[in-house]
Amino acid sequence: MSDFFLTAVLTLDASVRVCVPLIFAAMAGLFAERSGVVDIGLEGKLLMSAFVAASAASVFGSPWLGLIAGMFASSVLAMIHGFASITYKGNQIVSGVAINILASGLTMILTLAWFKRGGITPTLQGDERFLSITLPGVDIIDHIPFLGVIYRELISGHNILVYLAFAIVPVVWWVVFRTRFGLQLRAVGENPKAVDTAGLSVEGLRYKALLIGGILCGIGGAYLSTAYNAQFTKEMTAGGGFIALAALIFGKWHPYRVLAACFLFAFLQALAIRLQGVIIPGIGEIPVQLIDATPYILTIILLAGFIGKAVPPKASAQPYIKEL
Amino acid sequence: MTRDRRLSWINGLLLPLFNVLTAFIATGIVFLFIGVDPIEATKILLYGALGYDEGLGYTLYYATNFVFTGLAVAVAFHAGLFNIGGEGQAYVGGLGIALVALYINPAMSAWIVIPLAISGGLLFGALWAIIPAYLQAYRGSHIVITTIMFNFLASALMVYVLVNILREVGEMSPESGDFIKVSWLPFVHDIFASFGYKIARSPLNLSILVALFFSAAVWFFLWHTRWGFAIRAAGKSNEAAIYSGINPKKIIVVTMCISGALAGLVGINELMGVQHRLFLNFNYGYGFGGIAVALMGRNHPIGILIAAFLFGILYQGGAELDFELQNVSRDIVVVMQGLVILFCGGLEYLYRPVLIRFLAPIKESK
Repeated sequence: MSDFFLTAVLTLDASVRVCVPLIFAAMAGLFAERSGVVDIGLEGKLLMSAFVAASAASVFGSPWLGLIAGMFASSVLAMIHGFASITYKGNQIVSGVAINILASGLTMILTLAWFKRGGITPTLQGDERFLSITLPGVDIIDHIPFLGVIYRELISGHNILVYLAFAIVPVVWWVVFRTRFGLQLRAVGENPKAVDTAGLSVEGLRYKALLIGGILCGIGGAYLSTAYNAQFTKEMTAGGGFIALAALIFGKWHPYRVLAACFLFAFLQALAIRLQGVIIPGIGEIPVQLIDATPYILTIILLAGFIGKAVPPKASAQPYIKEL
Repeated sequence: MTRDRRLSWINGLLLPLFNVLTAFIATGIVFLFIGVDPIEATKILLYGALGYDEGLGYTLYYATNFVFTGLAVAVAFHAGLFNIGGEGQAYVGGLGIALVALYINPAMSAWIVIPLAISGGLLFGALWAIIPAYLQAYRGSHIVITTIMFNFLASALMVYVLVNILREVGEMSPESGDFIKVSWLPFVHDIFASFGYKIARSPLNLSILVALFFSAAVWFFLWHTRWGFAIRAAGKSNEAAIYSGINPKKIIVVTMCISGALAGLVGINELMGVQHRLFLNFNYGYGFGGIAVALMGRNHPIGILIAAFLFGILYQGGAELDFELQNVSRDIVVVMQGLVILFCGGLEYLYRPVLIRFLAPIKESK
């Protein structure tokens, strides 16, 4: 077995792990933005949920309770966003920024108040966190060259939230494109007046979309602190919410394309870690910062219409004001 | 009082006041939640920020940064643009300052070097804003998203520059060497000392005068020049602006350049004034703080000066809280920033329906 192949598989495996919170956050953003509410607050919701999930998992000794607590915390933030931007018709971007900053401050204050440690929660032991699952048949397939390694390293051996992330994308697609709710959701993001005229509640639909987003972001955050890591650490989302936002745009608000963008950006991150200090013949050392910056550069280029065109839902960022 | 007068009082004074009060009360609730007496905390905070010379010096020093970023956000707001990129523009502006302050001929007079270094900050801050501005104006990409992306690009760029280019040989930490002496802005306590007055040492330096100068300049520019009028007109109504012969695309680019340039000045306080070298994350949090300051100050330079002073109090007082109380750290200021942005920005109209019903009801005509 060549070393290169193994390295490639391991890099892809790392990409899968990095990809998970991006998928949850990007799908959350997809619901919000499809309904016409811009969601800059993905980062804050991920962070808050990561903190609350790790705290609850540590206090109650169960990652599942952590997950539920995380989803709840993130949904509360989503509802604040909704209250400001849907009910009170405030600026959606401003309230998103508020949520990010609030989450950043609250997580720091609460770690200190609850655990007497600034910015971290206690380390989760054993089954207080989500552990990896070995899929059946690893021993049998292991003997087959190439396929064995792929199955063992890449497909098997992840925790349940990883599988959930990949399973949720087709579900999102189905909900958005094949259900009545999905049709209403897309309509309210493109032409809320038409939805209103049809006798549906614009505000109700937008609240629903934000609530779904809150729950999804909650799972993403819980993954970070109770599955990928075993505790919450200061600013552990490290811009993941914004990368998810970039992936959402890069994938043009379509679930499968967004998934592909998430994976591409996660792969770039995994690659950056692997290429640190490596000298590539003929090119030399690629600065890690350049690879780190690539998702943002790609998104900027796309947004500028140089490679394809990303057109957001028409009514996005506009509060709906009912005519009397 | 006519109903219109009352409405303008409600919108101009009562609403912002109620919003700020709500943010304070919400912070008080956070204090109660973590088991800290909010009144006790307020006392410590105010004493730490205003109670003695040194504390006041620190308060004004922090406020200086917030004036720059607050003005930056406000100028963009007037054109209807939301510049979230202050963080990155401040960072890259610091690079502009450092390049002048590190490499200029040290024999030159401070009267030349200091203005040049300040121009370096203005120029690099503007440069970091001009690409998002151009893309918004001519390619239709959204300024909020691009400025967010540019914040991340700025931090990648600065890490690269500091680690690979500006770091001195043999040094471990990613920071530049010392700026040349003539580029240092004098400390206020040194100036006082040279006149024979003794005040406590603090990082407060002459940047505060630069901040006051630019506050006045922004006021004059926005309300007393052709360009300022054009910016405000374009911000109010794009179509009306076009009919009166204003080119909104040009407005976007010019406004964002001014906004970025103002944010680029954070470095003169932090780098030329205090640290005298370029280092990682010197800008941390001031760009986002500027959003809170601009919202609280209603995008007017006088409001911004007041709001920046308040945030200076919070920053310095927060440090004192950190020191005095075990249960709370200065991150409470970040919570407060978030609450101010939420209540003065996102929930700006929270009390309007109630206030209008009680103070300026529409009279039933018979």
